Amino acid sequence: MRTRRQFLKDLAGGAAVLGSGALLPSLARAGDPSTVGPASLPAGTLEASFLETLPGKRPLIKRTYRPPNFETPLEVFEQLFTPNDAFFVRYHLPRIPEVSAARWKLEIGGDAVEKPFALDLPALQRDFEQVELAAVCQCSGNRRGLSDPHVAGVEWGIGAMGNARWKGARLKDVLAKAAPKKEALEVAFNGADHGSLEATPDFQKSLPVWKAMEENTLLVWQMNGEPLPHWNGAPVRLVVPGWTGTYWMKHLVSVQVLSQPFKNFWMSTAYRIPKGKFPIVDRFLSQETDANTPITEMVVNSLITSPREGQRFRPGQPVEVKGIAWDNGAGIRTVEVSADEGRSWQTATLDADSGRFSFRGFRHRFKAGAKGEVTVLAKATNRIGSSQVSELVFNPAGYHNNVVSRVRIRVG
Amino acid sequence: MTALVALILLASPPGYPDENRVQLKEGPARDLVLGRCAACHSQDYIPMNSPFLDRKGWEAEVNKMVKVFGAPMQPDEMAKIVDYLATNYGKN
Repeated sequence: MRTRRQFLKDLAGGAAVLGSGALLPSLARAGDPSTVGPASLPAGTLEASFLETLPGKRPLIKRTYRPPNFETPLEVFEQLFTPNDAFFVRYHLPRIPEVSAARWKLEIGGDAVEKPFALDLPALQRDFEQVELAAVCQCSGNRRGLSDPHVAGVEWGIGAMGNARWKGARLKDVLAKAAPKKEALEVAFNGADHGSLEATPDFQKSLPVWKAMEENTLLVWQMNGEPLPHWNGAPVRLVVPGWTGTYWMKHLVSVQVLSQPFKNFWMSTAYRIPKGKFPIVDRFLSQETDANTPITEMVVNSLITSPREGQRFRPGQPVEVKGIAWDNGAGIRTVEVSADEGRSWQTATLDADSGRFSFRGFRHRFKAGAKGEVTVLAKATNRIGSSQVSELVFNPAGYHNNVVSRVRIRVG
Repeated sequence: MTALVALILLASPPGYPDENRVQLKEGPARDLVLGRCAACHSQDYIPMNSPFLDRKGWEAEVNKMVKVFGAPMQPDEMAKIVDYLATNYGKN
């Protein structure tokens, strides 16, 4: 449990941002969504982060300029769907060409297809059934900056995620046209972005063939009713509902159906989690080793959007707790809220269901008690019985942080 | 709005607003760090990852940049860069 002194120190940490970035007019607004993230991020992260505007985006929290890694501020998650201009941006490599939709071509091939072919955008839109679904895209490293102890990487706060309506063709329909062979094991994806140096491993990823062939895995060209923004993968990206963003290849240019495991740095070394530490359903067996396994699905999680850290209430004043919950696509069953450090829990009301891969809104109201500091907790549980954890499951890359959501308010 | 976006596009290098807003601390190897690291990424990657890595942690990062990502550095340069990072952005 945090002491009052720690609480004040955390607030002061937020104020340090004020000094360097001049984003906040006063200490009282520390924890305000206009800050650059929770005070428990590394001090250097807070100092080097600002609200900055990429072309076509609204001001987002800049973690790194090049390659661009920009985070969605907390207040945006008051909306169930993340507007395109507020959707987070994540790249591994600095060379990011603007791919012309008119000239775009997708190569479908690999050693495990009979009939390789190429596809342009009109063909993708015309020759295959178009489907739209709501799904959360969350970076594997979302909340890495909150790992304790801190670990190296892009030090994300809570906003390396977003929820959108994605529209396009099913990957399985497109693959069917290439006549996959029975020995197909994995499907590998490449996007148009690349490194500055010849020696830098290109960012390419693979999926197990069963996941590639699922009906919800899509090649999308539309996001929230508009063409995909450049920074989110125009003109066509992969959407893998339930799985972390690393598989959602942007600026897609090549799809290869393979009979052997796809080996590169991004598959064999990066994006790995220790085996046995997380309640994972979807396994990627052809990539597993004795020690670790590729990250696959998201773990059940939630985010409190209201009240805000440090917000003040009068004794007896109603406190409206609001937020969102999401998981691997099993679907959210319940969200519980506690206003007493987890000694008692009340079941929150769930908002309308926008689909099992979408954010699910929740709300709960309680009356502020006597003067003092109050910790508000939220804990989501999904339909297969997975809940958020009470203690961080530490892992070296800082993945899967789904510790019970926590906001401290002040009454008085 | 369109005009504003066009203006931003004209005013900034390919998509990236002023990345020099984050400047590395002064130190003996600062120019070497910029010369070897900035070809592939902006300087802010370094302060963002501070101050929680010890010398071993920074060594691992520099090794990764060379061995995995192909950063062109001689062994003596690597040692100087690790020194700079551990001194200026290391865990106390």
